[in-house]
Amino acid sequence: MTDTLLSVKNLTLNIPTGSGTLHAVRGIDFDLKRGETLSIVGESGSGKSLTSLAVMGLLGKSIKRQADEMRFDNVDLQTANRRVMRDLRGNRIAMIFQEPMTSLNPAYTIGDQLTETLLLHRKVSKSVARARAIELLEKVGITAAESRLSQYPHQLSGGLRQRVMIALALMCEPDLLIADEPTTALDVTIQAQILRLLVDLTREMNMAMILITHDLGVVARVADKVAVMYAGELVETGPAAEVFATPSHPYTRGLLRCIPQPGKTERGAPLGTIPGIVPSLIGEVSGCVFRTRCPHARPECRADIPLRGDASHEFKCIHPDGALSEEGEAA
Amino acid sequence: MLPFILKRLGLALLVAFTVSFISFSLLFLSGDPAAALAGETASGEDIEAIRRVYGFDRPMLVQYGEWLFSAIRGDFGESYYFKLPVASLIAERLQVTMLLGVCGITFALLTAVPLGVAAAIRPNSLIDRVALFLSVAGQAMPSFWFGLILIVVFAIQLGLLPPSGAATWRHFIMPTIVLGYYAMPAIMRLTRAGMLDVLNSDFIRTARAKGAGEGRVLFKHALRNAIIPVVSLAAVQMGFMLGGSIVVESVFALHGAGFLAWESIARNDLPTVQALILVFSMFYIVFTFLADVLNAWLDPRMRSS
Ligand SMILES: Nc1ncnc2c1ncn2[C@@H]1O[C@H](COP(=O)(O)OP(=O)(O)OP(=O)(O)O)[C@@H](O)[C@H]1O
Ligand code: SF4
Ligand SMILES: [Mg+2]
Repeated sequence: MTDTLLSVKNLTLNIPTGSGTLHAVRGIDFDLKRGETLSIVGESGSGKSLTSLAVMGLLGKSIKRQADEMRFDNVDLQTANRRVMRDLRGNRIAMIFQEPMTSLNPAYTIGDQLTETLLLHRKVSKSVARARAIELLEKVGITAAESRLSQYPHQLSGGLRQRVMIALALMCEPDLLIADEPTTALDVTIQAQILRLLVDLTREMNMAMILITHDLGVVARVADKVAVMYAGELVETGPAAEVFATPSHPYTRGLLRCIPQPGKTERGAPLGTIPGIVPSLIGEVSGCVFRTRCPHARPECRADIPLRGDASHEFKCIHPDGALSEEGEAA
Repeated sequence: MLPFILKRLGLALLVAFTVSFISFSLLFLSGDPAAALAGETASGEDIEAIRRVYGFDRPMLVQYGEWLFSAIRGDFGESYYFKLPVASLIAERLQVTMLLGVCGITFALLTAVPLGVAAAIRPNSLIDRVALFLSVAGQAMPSFWFGLILIVVFAIQLGLLPPSGAATWRHFIMPTIVLGYYAMPAIMRLTRAGMLDVLNSDFIRTARAKGAGEGRVLFKHALRNAIIPVVSLAAVQMGFMLGGSIVVESVFALHGAGFLAWESIARNDLPTVQALILVFSMFYIVFTFLADVLNAWLDPRMRSS
C-alpha cells in the first residue's frame, strides 16, 4: 500500500546488563497510514517508550536494535545515516515526552527553543520563525503568546510547558507525531484538555500520531488502531472499535476491567486490577509472557504461542477465542 | 535579582570591614611597632620619640579609624623599607600580578573546560583517564616543586625559556602554566561532572528530537547549563590567584605583589604587609561577589526571582 507512512516489522531491542541481556522489546510489528492514530497501551515498563525512541533513532548507545523492516515513508530507518535521521527528526517525525517539567532547556527562552526547530530545518528568517512560534502557541491555547516567547520554562506551569512542547513538535508540520504519555505528569483536569488538543490538531493537520498511554479510556475516544503491549510484546492489535468490542487477549480484557465504563460500571464499584507482577525479561524469554498472571494459563502456554485472528485484528493466545468463553462462565 | 545582589553586597562589605580590622591589628599583634621601627640598637628615648612621631601612643581605635580613612582614599602610608608611598608601590607591582592572574585563569579554563567536556562525552575512555591523571597530579604537586621542575627542564637543560624575571612575554610562560595548572583540576572536574549530569537530562533528548546535530547538542544545549557553576568557580579562583601567587612569583622571581608581600614580611615592613593583606583580601571578596552575581545572571531561574 502506498499510503503507509510507517512500517515496523519484527522489531527487537536488547539491552546488555550486568546480569544478562534484557530482552526489552521482542518481535513487534505495526504500521501506520497517513493521518491515522495508533495507540500503544500497556503497563509501566512494557517497552512503549523504548519502541518510540527506536523509531526516532534516539536509543541509548548500549541498546541493540534489530528489525526485519523499519521504514518511514521512503526512508529505511535502519540504514539511514545520521544526517538523514537528523533531517527527519523534528521535521517529519516529532515527539512529545512524558516529562513536561524537564523536557525544555532551562537556559533558553521559550521563543529560542521554538524557533530553533524551524531554523534547523527550513531556510527562513528569524522573524518568520517567531511569527510561526506565536501562531502555534496560540493554536495550542496559550494566551498572550507573543509575551511568552521571552519567558523561561521555569516561569510556566506543567500544563503550559506541555503545551509548549506540543507547539514545538508542530513547528515543522510533521507527518508523524509520537506522543509518549503526554499527560501522565499533569493534573487530571488538564489531562483531558491536552488530549483533546492533540487529537484536534492531528485531525486539522492530517498528521499521523502514535499515542502512548496506559489509559485505555483515552484510547477508546481517539485511536483508529490499538496495539496492546505486555512485557515487550504486542499481545493484541487491531482497529480500536473492534478491540474494544471484542477484546480477545486475556490481558486486554484485564486492562479493560481496570477502567470505569459509563453505564456498565456501577458508581463506587471497585475497579479490577490484574494480580501478579511482570516477569523478568533478563535471559531467555519463551512461551506466553502473560502466563504468570493469566487466569486461563495452561501448561501449553510455555511453548510457542500461535497468532490468531485475521490480518487486521490479531492476538497471541493458545485459546482460539482468547479464552473469552471461559470468562463468560466466570462472569 | 536586585535584592539578591544587595544582600551579597552587604555581606561582602561586612567581610571587607572585618578583614580590614584584622590586617590593621597585625601591626600590634606582631609586637611593639615603635621598637621594631627603631631597630635593635635604639635607646628607650629613641623608641618613645618614634612612638610619638608615628602616633602609636594614641588609642588603637583612633589609629584604626585614621588608617581606614586614609586607606579608603588610597593612602596606605609609607613603606619602612622603600621609603615610598605604599599605594604606588603596590600599584606598580600589581600590574605583573594581574597579568599573571589573567594568563593563569585563561590557561586553566582553556585546558580544563575542553578536557572536562571530552571526558564527559566518553566516560572511562582514554581521554577521561588522561584527564583524571592530570587532575590528580595537579592536586598532588606543590606549585613550587612543579615550578622548579619546569625551570630545570625548560630553562636550564633545554634552554628554551628564561628561568626568571618579567622582562618579556616568554618570561610569563612557565609561571602561567604553574599557576593555571593549580586551578585546572577543580575546573576540569566540575565541568566533567556538570556535563555528565546535563547530558542525561530530558531537555538534551528534546534537543536531539528536534534534529539538532551533536555539536549543537553538546555546546549550545549542554555546555550552556553545565558551565554556570564553572564560571563562578573560575571567578573565585581568579580572586585567589591575584592574592595567592606568592609562591609562583617567588619561584620565578616575578616582581609582582605576591613577591612584594614575601619581601616585606622578611623585612618587617609592616605598612606594606598591612596594605597587601587588605588588597589581597579585597580581590578575593570582590571576585567572590562577582562569582555570585555571575551565577545569578547566567541562570535564568535565579535572574527572575
Ligand atoms: N537505558 C536502559 N537501560 C536498561 N534498561 C532500560 C533502559 N531503558 C529502558 N529500560 C528498561 O526497559 C523496559 C521498558 O522501558 P520503557 O521505558 O520502554 O517502558 P514504558 O513502557 O515506556 O514504561 P512507562 O509507562 O513507565 O513509561 C523497562 O523494564 C526499563 O527498565
Ligand atoms: S497463551 Fe496462555 S497464558 Fe497466554 S494469554 Fe493465552 S491462555 Fe493466557
Ligand atoms: Mg515510558
